[in-house]
Amino acid sequence: MAGEKAAGEKKAAGEKKPGKKKTGEKKPAEQKAGQREVGEKKKKIKKHHASRNPVLARGIGRYSRSAMYARKALYKRKYTAPETKIEKKKKEKPRATITKPVGGDKNGGSRVVKIRKMPRYYPTEDVPRKLLSHGKKPFCQHKRRLRASITPGTVLILLTGRHRGKRVVFLKQLATGLLLVTGPLAVNRVPLRRAHQKFVIATSTKVDISGVKIPKHLTDAYFKKKRLRKPKHQEGEIFDTEKEKYEITEQRKTDQKAVDSQILARIKKVPQLRGYLRSTFCLSNGVYPHKLVF
Amino acid sequence: VFKRFVEIGRVAFISFGPHAGKLVAIVDVIDQNRALVDGPCSGVRRQAMPFKCMQLTDFVLKFPHSARQKCVRLAWEKENINEKWAATRWAKKIEAREKKAKMTDFDRYKVMKAKKMRNRIIKHEMKKLQRLAAKKGKKPEKPEKSEKPEKAPKSAKVQKAQKAQK
Repeated sequence: MAGEKAAGEKKAAGEKKPGKKKTGEKKPAEQKAGQREVGEKKKKIKKHHASRNPVLARGIGRYSRSAMYARKALYKRKYTAPETKIEKKKKEKPRATITKPVGGDKNGGSRVVKIRKMPRYYPTEDVPRKLLSHGKKPFCQHKRRLRASITPGTVLILLTGRHRGKRVVFLKQLATGLLLVTGPLAVNRVPLRRAHQKFVIATSTKVDISGVKIPKHLTDAYFKKKRLRKPKHQEGEIFDTEKEKYEITEQRKTDQKAVDSQILARIKKVPQLRGYLRSTFCLSNGVYPHKLVF
Repeated sequence: VFKRFVEIGRVAFISFGPHAGKLVAIVDVIDQNRALVDGPCSGVRRQAMPFKCMQLTDFVLKFPHSARQKCVRLAWEKENINEKWAATRWAKKIEAREKKAKMTDFDRYKVMKAKKMRNRIIKHEMKKLQRLAAKKGKKPEKPEKSEKPEKAPKSAKVQKAQKAQK
């Protein structure tokens, strides 16, 4: 009995409104229960109580039916009948599937796709299976790396593109990982341009670019090639409307001037650097790239 | 026919192996192929070394065979071998080769410009002399190669090369 009481009081604290307690142990129990109730009220609402009807002998309980009704507070607990099928049908359910259009011929035009899919993991398996797309990030979230030999102000040798062989000053790395580079224009006719890290040789010659301010609007979107793709279905005239000739915008000219004026001043301080940037890189007999120190 | 001999006290230059590029003194001969060798002032411990990896230099020290390291060191410092070695053409050639291998792209450009300028000066002087010789007489005289104009641009080039290497 004492054991049941103790158990009863502990669990009573768990319930929202505790049942009857023995008067003898009311006071300290009440204090404890009060404290516990506040803490546990939010956690657990349902916790099955042990039997409130102590056993006198097998099959015979201490309290009668009506006393038990009161002890279990059944006057508060009313249960409704389960929903009938008609009521279920009338109830608004959230959509389970959705039909999506699908492209291509002979594909039937649409697919029925579940909105909430079955779980990938059932606790019988040791480790949850990973999604097929696990660890595969989109391009914008890729990690960008930069070789240690390339720092702002390094002189780079371009290896591909129309400016191949030219020596050029590195400014910064852009968000996509491409390098922002400038001739400067007055020195070797290379404008503010993007270059790929892999197609570039980094020399050990550095120009001090510490105070140079590069305008913040020079991003990948600024340098991206623009293509007009709006065919108006007029055969014979399609190729004329698209941009054949690239025109240098005024903004590019002002940006070029702004950056170059700062860099040219620093280039002039180092003797022979201007001539060096004007020259192009080439290999000749007896010159082996693996033996050269750049 | 042979001017440099393997003898006690001969300073040798190690051409390959772990101690490549260092100077050692031959302290004793072990057998036909090896010598006991010591380089107290060049960081080579006393050890046996095959003759094949040694190249004899012009310097000889005076100490008795199997002398201890202290004696070898004294003799070495008395003769000032380190400084004498640095002054030889051999050592200078080695140094020049090392510097050339370390040249960066910018250095190569500067050297190219210096060479170009030097060659221009030389050519200019040569042409001058050739014209003089052609004018003097219609007899074909060999153009004189004067030493002076060649040496002046040479020193300028050496200076530029040194600048570049620094």
